[in-house]
Amino acid sequence: MDFGPYLMLASLEGAVTAAVLALMAAGLSLVFGVMRVVNVAHGEFYMLGAVLAWVVASMAGGGAAGFVLALAVAPLVVGAVAAAADVTVLKHLDYDPERTIVATIGLLYILQQLTLMGYGPEARPVEPPFNARIALPWVEWGQGGPQLYWPWGLSITSYKLFVIGAAAAVLAGLWALMTHTRIGLMMRATQLDGEMAQAFGIPVERVYALVFGLGAALAALAGVLIVPIQQAHYLMGGDALLLSFIVVIIGGLGSLAGTVIAAILIGMSDGIISVFFSPTLAKIIATLLVAFVLVFRPEGLMGKRAR
Amino acid sequence: MSALLSTRALSKSFGGLRAVHEVDFDLAPGEIRALIGPNGAGKTTFVSMLIGRVAPTSGSIAFDGRDITRLPAHARVALGMAYTFQITSVFARLEVAENVALAARRRLGRDRAAVARESAAALDRVGLGAHAGALPGDLSYGHQRLLELAMGLAQRPRLLILDEPTQGLADSEIEAFKVLIRDLAGETTILLIEHNMGVVMELAHRITVLNFGEVLAEGSPAEIHASAAVQTAYLGTGADA
Amino acid sequence: MTARVLALHGGLIAVLLALHFLLPAYHHGNLARVMVLACYAIGYNVLFGYTGLLSLGHAMFFAAGMYGMGLPLHFLGIGAELAFLAGLLSAAALALVVGLLALRTAGVAFMIVTLMFSEAVYLTILLAGKWTRGDEGVVLERAERVFFGLDLSDPDIRYLAALALFALCLFLTLWLVRQPAGRVLIAIRENDERARLLGYDIFRHKLAAVVISGTISGAAGAAYGLLFGYVGATFAEVQYSIFPLLWVLLGGAGTIIGPFFGVLFMFYLIDLSSGITSAYMLIAGIALVLLTLFAPQGLAGELRRRRMRWLP
Repeated sequence: MDFGPYLMLASLEGAVTAAVLALMAAGLSLVFGVMRVVNVAHGEFYMLGAVLAWVVASMAGGGAAGFVLALAVAPLVVGAVAAAADVTVLKHLDYDPERTIVATIGLLYILQQLTLMGYGPEARPVEPPFNARIALPWVEWGQGGPQLYWPWGLSITSYKLFVIGAAAAVLAGLWALMTHTRIGLMMRATQLDGEMAQAFGIPVERVYALVFGLGAALAALAGVLIVPIQQAHYLMGGDALLLSFIVVIIGGLGSLAGTVIAAILIGMSDGIISVFFSPTLAKIIATLLVAFVLVFRPEGLMGKRAR
Repeated sequence: MSALLSTRALSKSFGGLRAVHEVDFDLAPGEIRALIGPNGAGKTTFVSMLIGRVAPTSGSIAFDGRDITRLPAHARVALGMAYTFQITSVFARLEVAENVALAARRRLGRDRAAVARESAAALDRVGLGAHAGALPGDLSYGHQRLLELAMGLAQRPRLLILDEPTQGLADSEIEAFKVLIRDLAGETTILLIEHNMGVVMELAHRITVLNFGEVLAEGSPAEIHASAAVQTAYLGTGADA
Repeated sequence: MTARVLALHGGLIAVLLALHFLLPAYHHGNLARVMVLACYAIGYNVLFGYTGLLSLGHAMFFAAGMYGMGLPLHFLGIGAELAFLAGLLSAAALALVVGLLALRTAGVAFMIVTLMFSEAVYLTILLAGKWTRGDEGVVLERAERVFFGLDLSDPDIRYLAALALFALCLFLTLWLVRQPAGRVLIAIRENDERARLLGYDIFRHKLAAVVISGTISGAAGAAYGLLFGYVGATFAEVQYSIFPLLWVLLGGAGTIIGPFFGVLFMFYLIDLSSGITSAYMLIAGIALVLLTLFAPQGLAGELRRRRMRWLP
């Protein structure tokens, strides 16, 4: 394949990564934005979504119906688990930032290891509901002007296009929820000043549980969407958490728009960088990037400098 | 004139808000100076710049003839400035004696006997000698204020900045405080931010009045008391007197 | 140092020495491991328990000590004594660099930055698989593990060497926290703004704490490699950053004796549970949640709060 078509393929694959990443990072960013806590167990909610997708799909006997069912059930279940964790653990820590991180590390291992015990160490696939191969054309300058042709290998599946579309739709829905609904207003009020919100009669505790659940459900949804492309495995949360951290920190903690832009940037470049570097080296660069952004530009690369 | 501390055109703005604006201020050695002004006049911002907790937007600060505008807070303290917090800030979970020892130790270093002597003397001086083994968290508010003061004393500063030291004290405690400050007058220079006009009028050699971040007036207690400008800006409101 | 403080900590060392003659082989071997890991926990505690800085990346210092010792020993044949020193220096140098960068941040950002640096160190070890052999690791031969004429692969010598290192770390930190500089670290933990306005250079004290903490952790890593003859990337994984936090939280942050009991307790908890499930990190996870919820002071911390106010 020539370089041009190859780059286009890499960008399309990158767009799929970006879509899933944006969903997951939006959840992490939402939780940090409203509750001011860093949820280290966020990757495990993603993993749980993927594993539950397999469980639900195989219980329903596979096929498109199983996947659709998983798409509805997995985020709900994971969201409920997260909300329960908020009410039983985080609330009692008064959302103290450092103690919350330690507790969510504990939660990370509990979820991961329980999955290992129940689901096992295997990686398992879920069948996509539809998976038509769509060949893509490329433009070439032949004799007498531009010509369309279909290079061998330049294609994308209908499912991957669906993932991109679904993520965009969900993010648009999240934005509408935050800006145009009563519950979104409550969340934003809580984000600005929790005590003041409480004084104005907003049930801050319930808002926190809801936000923590919603954030986890977004991660789980990302997990369900990815599982027909990658398989479900009990350790898949770690890398996903790292990537979400990168996105959220570069996009500026707590900003939804910044998060989406950063997810597109990271998702796209992830595909392209891995062409040039080994995956390990790419990850080293990514971790150091997060560290240096926090050290030298803590408001994020795109965020505004506070005060 | 050799001022111990002086500022030139010292300014600080937060965003568009001018908290302190071009303040020229001179403090003579051995003086007790009171800094007064209505709430929000910029008093705390001004002394925060003096001690180095807040960086000025422009202007300069000199201590003992040396420009300290860019010096970090700990280095200013090492030069002989000490600061007691408006909102009590002690080590609540360390013993009272250790609180004061931490203040004394920077100067006295490893000499354990000297640190113990200095700490005990500072605690006795503020009348907390009996509470050396207690935890500050268990002390009354007034006693915590006194501990804060003892931590200032134990540093043997050349300039002691007291940010509203009598706030929340009972009348009897305020009387004891006045005695203590008069007693200190010969040893160190004192800059006192104070709302209690009784304390100010009795203790201060000179008074500086800040209003809207600028020096409104400066003079002896009698002059300030007589000043019409001060009356309207500050005393006239009467609320804090 | 007061007599009871000396008696308590000296007593622990004496008991551990007595156990050397009493324990059956299995527990004898376990306790040697526990003592080395307790040195790691003590190192972590200098930063977390005494200075109030929560690092999520101490595995990088443990690994720097381990690889800084193991690689020159295995590939350059510099001898165990020099190799141990190289391990210490590697950890100290890494701690200095990480401290200079990470201390520009505080709180949550400090936690994430240390986590990321540690992850980068782990990945670098994998990247340099040609020498480190990645997850598989490097096995140190018996002949390489001779330290001033002592064969560290011998179980008896190993136990006594572990005990010696543990005693050294224990009394070193006991001495440190009673020094003027050590008292300043505690003051920083309690109220860093107040400590700054007493004239202490907070940054330099914190940096010193990072370097001391990192070097002790590195000493533990180097000793672990020498005593148990293995240098592997597992010890650089994020789990090995979480463990010392867990141990110290369990044993009691900001106590000298707590970290040892945290390691001991956790070691045997995981050892016992391994008969039931391979998912041993589940125990760690549950312990972390329960500790943050119900006993943030840890074992020794509760003891100090309830009856032994003098516990250092």
